[in-house]
Amino acid sequence: MDKIEKNLLKQIANIEKTPMGAYNIRENGKGIARNTTANIDIITKNDKPGIDIIIKPNTKNESVHIPVILTQGGLNDLVYNDFYIGENADVVIVAGCGIHNSTCDTAQHDGIHTFNLERGAKLKYIEKHYGEGEGTGERILNPKTIINLGEDASMEMESVQIKGVTSTIRETFANMEKGSSLVVSERIMTTGKQTAKTIFDVNLNGKDSSVHVASRSVAEDDSVQEFKSNVKGNNKCFGHVECDAIIMGNGRVISDPMIEANNIDASLIHEAAIGKIAGEQLTKLMTLGLTEKEAEEQIINGFLK
Amino acid sequence: MLELKDICFSRDNKEILKNVNLKIDNNKMVVITGPNGSGKSTLAKIIMGIENPDSGKIIFEGKDITNLSITERAKSGIGFAFQQPVKFKGLTVRDLIEISAGNTMKICDACDILADVGLCAQEYLNREVNSELSGGELKRIEIAMLAAKKSKLTIFDEPEAGIDLWSFNNLIDVFEKMHDDIKGSIMVISHQERILNIADEIVLISNGKVEKHGNREEILPQIFGKIKPCHKLENKERCSKGGAENG
Repeated sequence: MDKIEKNLLKQIANIEKTPMGAYNIRENGKGIARNTTANIDIITKNDKPGIDIIIKPNTKNESVHIPVILTQGGLNDLVYNDFYIGENADVVIVAGCGIHNSTCDTAQHDGIHTFNLERGAKLKYIEKHYGEGEGTGERILNPKTIINLGEDASMEMESVQIKGVTSTIRETFANMEKGSSLVVSERIMTTGKQTAKTIFDVNLNGKDSSVHVASRSVAEDDSVQEFKSNVKGNNKCFGHVECDAIIMGNGRVISDPMIEANNIDASLIHEAAIGKIAGEQLTKLMTLGLTEKEAEEQIINGFLK
Repeated sequence: MLELKDICFSRDNKEILKNVNLKIDNNKMVVITGPNGSGKSTLAKIIMGIENPDSGKIIFEGKDITNLSITERAKSGIGFAFQQPVKFKGLTVRDLIEISAGNTMKICDACDILADVGLCAQEYLNREVNSELSGGELKRIEIAMLAAKKSKLTIFDEPEAGIDLWSFNNLIDVFEKMHDDIKGSIMVISHQERILNIADEIVLISNGKVEKHGNREEILPQIFGKIKPCHKLENKERCSKGGAENG
């Protein structure tokens, strides 16, 4: 693996050496390294590009890394990854995609991930997206995440787009059964003329199911972001959607949070706030000795942390 | 340490400060007091560089700082605690204390600072300084930041506003500790008699001018006839109310 590839893996999955546990590393449309464990199997799909990740019931304290890197321009990599997480398992899955494009052609990765969590299963899912490269070709990432949570299953999803992605459409669909919970934390930064669109569509079908979606984003320069969510309370349930955005330069953010109560015992909240950095925040940090630029950086870094 | 020379400041055709001249010596605890709207907070902001005077000079440690930015003044040794603490989504108490100290801090040092303002470090160090914190908690964090900054001159703009009685008692201890540790000067804008009582010097500002400036022993008896410290006023009101009821 060369320096560029190593850096991409470090950026998206914090991998510097061979990861512990199960892993599958995909580069330019092909699997290049794989490891399975006694409890976690990874099988290549026969009908379409992608893998099935099968985690046995009661598997605890294990992790799966499935990073994807693209270093070729002109490549459109579409992949279907399906995760089956057995009853009462408690695992961490680290995914993400990094693109290094030094050409004038577009490099694109569309990752379609479906999570099926059985009763009582617990998952922490971390997904990072990153783009770099001196070429003029676009770096496009369109992740789609489908989440099916069984009874009392819980999932925590951390989704971060660090920088360098020309355009992205990020869709998340969730179907939730009785007592299940989903916590989503999203962080997006766009600069230049980049665009980012996020869509959350959550169905709280089961009694006492709950979802909390917190999206924080920063749109700098001439970049444009759009946040769209629709949380449907179809039973006695709780849903909270929070979208905060900082705009800088000519950055634009459109927020469209929708909640739909289809049951008398559904309790749903949405909050959205968009604005530039408050002057008093900059002043406060300047009274502590930071320059205006340093203060701005601290505020942005903290906001997206 | 600090000298204000003929400071004038007007806004919206209103003269807020009129030829203010003031000298603050090293290692002093100075309380600026006076009626609401007399220009006390404006004066504090002018010293920190948050507001710029229309005319006059500010000399700090022998150097003319009138045209220096807020950052340059902060770096040269001036600290300022806001009357209304600022909230930050994403920045934690630890982040702000470390920014104040100018470096990464040992956890035990940050804990000591928080303990001084009556906050349990374990509970607060990693909390975001956002609207989930109460006004009193934000105020204590603001004071902790200034304790971490260790400035030669620290200005507190009405530090007692919005804090409960328990923290008020500790606030006095914090000022005294800062005064002993840093050996710099502390300037507090306050109406509170208990804060006036620990001052080395008191400055009375009235109608945009320094009306009186001197040692506490000299000024305190003079100003009690002019402004009524909050709790005295409350006592008087309570007494007169009680008297009427009894009568």
